Amino acid sequence: MSTFSAIGEEREIDRDEYTPGVEPQPTWCPGCGDFSVLKALKQALPEVGRTPEETLLCTGIGCSGKLNSYLDTYGFHTIHGRSLPVARAAKLANPDLEVIAAGGDGDGYGIGGNHFVHTARENHDMTYIVFNNEIFGLTKGQTSPTSPKGHKSKTQPHGSAKEPIKPLSMSLNAGASYVARTAAVNPNQAKEIITEAIEHDGFAHVDFLTQCPTWNKDARQYVPYIDVNDSDDYEFDKTDRVEAQEMMRTTEEALYDGEVLTGRFYVDEDRPSYGQEKRAIGEMPEEPLAERYWDDDYEWERSHDMFLDKHA
Amino acid sequence: MTDDELIWRISGGSGDGIASTSQNFAKALMRSGLNVFTHRHYPSRIRGGHTYTEVRASADPVESRGDGYNFLLALGDSFARNPQEEAVYGNEEIKPLSENLDELREGGVIVYDEGLLDASEIPNFEERAEENDWHVYPLDLRGLARDMGREVMRNTAGVGATCALTGMELDHVEDLMRDAMPEKILEPNLEILETAYDQVREEYDVDAPDVSVPTGEHDETQLLMSGSDAISYGAIDEGCRFIAGYPMTPWTEVFTIMTQNLPKLGGISEQVEDEIAAAALAVGASHAGVKAMSGSSGGGFALMSEPLGLAEMTETPVVLVEAMRAGPSTGMPTKPEQSDLEHVLYTSQGDSQRVVLAPGTVEEAYEQSRIAFRLAYEYQIPTILLYDQKLGGELTNVPKSHFDRDPNPDLGKTLSEDALADEPHSGDGKFHRFQHDVDDGVSPRSVPGQKGGRFLATGNEHDPTGHISESPDNRVAQIDRRTQKLEAIRADLDGEDTGSYAGPEDAEYGILTFGSQQGTVEEAVGRLNEAGHSVKSYGVSDMLPFPTEQVEAFVESVDEVLVVEMTASGQFRGLVQKNLGRYGEKLSSLLKYNGNPFEPAEVVDGFEAAIVEGDGDASGHQTTFVPAAGD
Repeated sequence: MSTFSAIGEEREIDRDEYTPGVEPQPTWCPGCGDFSVLKALKQALPEVGRTPEETLLCTGIGCSGKLNSYLDTYGFHTIHGRSLPVARAAKLANPDLEVIAAGGDGDGYGIGGNHFVHTARENHDMTYIVFNNEIFGLTKGQTSPTSPKGHKSKTQPHGSAKEPIKPLSMSLNAGASYVARTAAVNPNQAKEIITEAIEHDGFAHVDFLTQCPTWNKDARQYVPYIDVNDSDDYEFDKTDRVEAQEMMRTTEEALYDGEVLTGRFYVDEDRPSYGQEKRAIGEMPEEPLAERYWDDDYEWERSHDMFLDKHA
Repeated sequence: MTDDELIWRISGGSGDGIASTSQNFAKALMRSGLNVFTHRHYPSRIRGGHTYTEVRASADPVESRGDGYNFLLALGDSFARNPQEEAVYGNEEIKPLSENLDELREGGVIVYDEGLLDASEIPNFEERAEENDWHVYPLDLRGLARDMGREVMRNTAGVGATCALTGMELDHVEDLMRDAMPEKILEPNLEILETAYDQVREEYDVDAPDVSVPTGEHDETQLLMSGSDAISYGAIDEGCRFIAGYPMTPWTEVFTIMTQNLPKLGGISEQVEDEIAAAALAVGASHAGVKAMSGSSGGGFALMSEPLGLAEMTETPVVLVEAMRAGPSTGMPTKPEQSDLEHVLYTSQGDSQRVVLAPGTVEEAYEQSRIAFRLAYEYQIPTILLYDQKLGGELTNVPKSHFDRDPNPDLGKTLSEDALADEPHSGDGKFHRFQHDVDDGVSPRSVPGQKGGRFLATGNEHDPTGHISESPDNRVAQIDRRTQKLEAIRADLDGEDTGSYAGPEDAEYGILTFGSQQGTVEEAVGRLNEAGHSVKSYGVSDMLPFPTEQVEAFVESVDEVLVVEMTASGQFRGLVQKNLGRYGEKLSSLLKYNGNPFEPAEVVDGFEAAIVEGDGDASGHQTTFVPAAGD
């Protein structure tokens, strides 16, 4: 079966392979944090050893959704908030694909919040990167689910009365087996975390703090970060749910007080991914389903032979 | 109306085993050589409330529910009963007997459980029985069942009594019980069946039954199938191995059947958080190279309009099933209607294109499920299979040979890696996923993981390589190409002959209908012609692309056309008029939207009143006549 020969190909991968040849420069604003996500992905994917053709990048809508245009993999630029259901089905259909989903804070924590919770709960083996800049960018500066309480915008002229979403706690509580936060101002850590997230067997959620220099100049994402994993002050066991939860609470409050804590907050290497769980109970084939459609020797079952006698 | 038929109505409360008992009884009748057709009526609740199922059996083919019925088995009351105690829930009256009398034919039989129902509480019961020559048999089914094990087995006792009173042998019923029941409950059930049968035979003179089971013979193996079964098996045979859904009545039936079967075939079923996710999963799986489906009913399908549009814009093949129920909003969850037609045709923003097929019978449901998948994958377009609660849930016999066909796992124009490496697909080193210059609008695709096929699928307008483009020339070329597919599909469907015609070709009048009302209309057409009218019918199956030529020819060939549909607003008539552009003065509507499907007599009466007399007053029926309007 040679039809998925891009999958598992072992060779030296040049990061320029991920750059579309004929595309214009990104339409992101100068100084946008999104450039850092693009860069981190271009560094991480070759390091993990995944080629552009075995990688499926699913995005939502907004500035983050344009990632697909600047990272030349197989791509699915879906609709607002819906990158996760598209991505996880592709992963179930062909588990050999490297599936990455990406979206913004409005896309992922707002309109797609339901999918976020359920994808984390199911622990699909995929990476989910949320470009968190605490603002709706492409629609020109409205309050987002992660904007701080009191945030003023044209759609919240009196200052938002809502507490911001706590995305790390949300995904931990929902069941994600890898939860991390990194920041655009910290490219080295970003690359490391994205690499780890891709390698992780399970749902890896990366809350990626990306500054929006146009619409959200006040956000704390510019503040120098503290890597919790390197800091003595924040020594905690990232494999322990309770300690991780406490650490997340601290960090999610600190963010709005001007202290940006980043790093791995929860890592569970033992929880089986959703695909493994489904295979174990006989709900999913051992071989990728998508391969079967290319197997000329496969004998396709007919309802006539298998199911109809019970109706006789 | 055929005299030589049994229409057996079993009534009671939800939870009384009405569905399973009637299903087995229908199968026993089928096995004895008869053609059967069932009709379900049930409330949206778990236990209690008035519910009934009709089983129509005849030596002749039956494609509809028939008019009224001639054998009533009023099994229990409509209270929900806790099996362990005497406690009852709810406040229903004795509906299983009182509510069902209006439609019982003259000379019909009533068997009611005198342990639970008291006929003397029904006003004028005796007078009505006498007037209508009803034969009434009060039997203590509850007492019998209780004495011999458990009260719930009164349905078995009722079947035993039915067999005794109609001259039906017990063998087929017993065989089915042996197949379906575990040892522990089989023995007492068999005993109760036989005891009830013997008691009735001893007590009454049944040698000349009031209503007898007809005799018939099949020349090949028959299967008892619902529309939901047929849609599911059609999908499986066409290579569908992925389904995602969220439960909603009545679509849940297809979802359940697929979920029970797919893992046995190495396929995948996913119950997900909502219908947006469900349809998006189907799109994602299809994008990755698997034949995939999702579906829902009215309100759930509304949520799917986003991923539906995404599938259209990205040209990702997908099949969505829409099982209509009465709307709007939650409407009447367990009652059939056809009023989601316009919703399904037009939902999703922009100049969106999809295929909509509406099968008319269980057999067609299988065929058109296969066609839906074939079209979706060959033409890279979302395809919707539109049916309703009636077609989904009714059981009828279909020859097993109908399903004896080759599987078709073909992914349509999906390129192999070898083909991807060749011109013109990778001319400049890039895969041109969305080329303009193709004959039928279908530009071949690749799937992720293939070498040389890398492309971007996007819900934005895009250029041939898949990248976002707002260029006017490209926009026009892409829309024109996507729209062009519909012409090719129309030509393709003409080769499939999906419509159904009945009545003499040179008839004076015509009846147009679609979906589940087709069989009923065809039976009515038979009767109308027997009664001296000259009528033919056309059950249209392709809603989009519409078979304009065929419908136009049909309308042109007759003086007047009655359009029969289960909507209040005449949606199907509107679709006909929209596509034909004229002939409005020839089209009148016969509408029914009270939660029940048409009976053939209602179509007969409606036709006679509307077309022959011209005033549309079909008194006594809950149907509405909307006269012809000019164009």
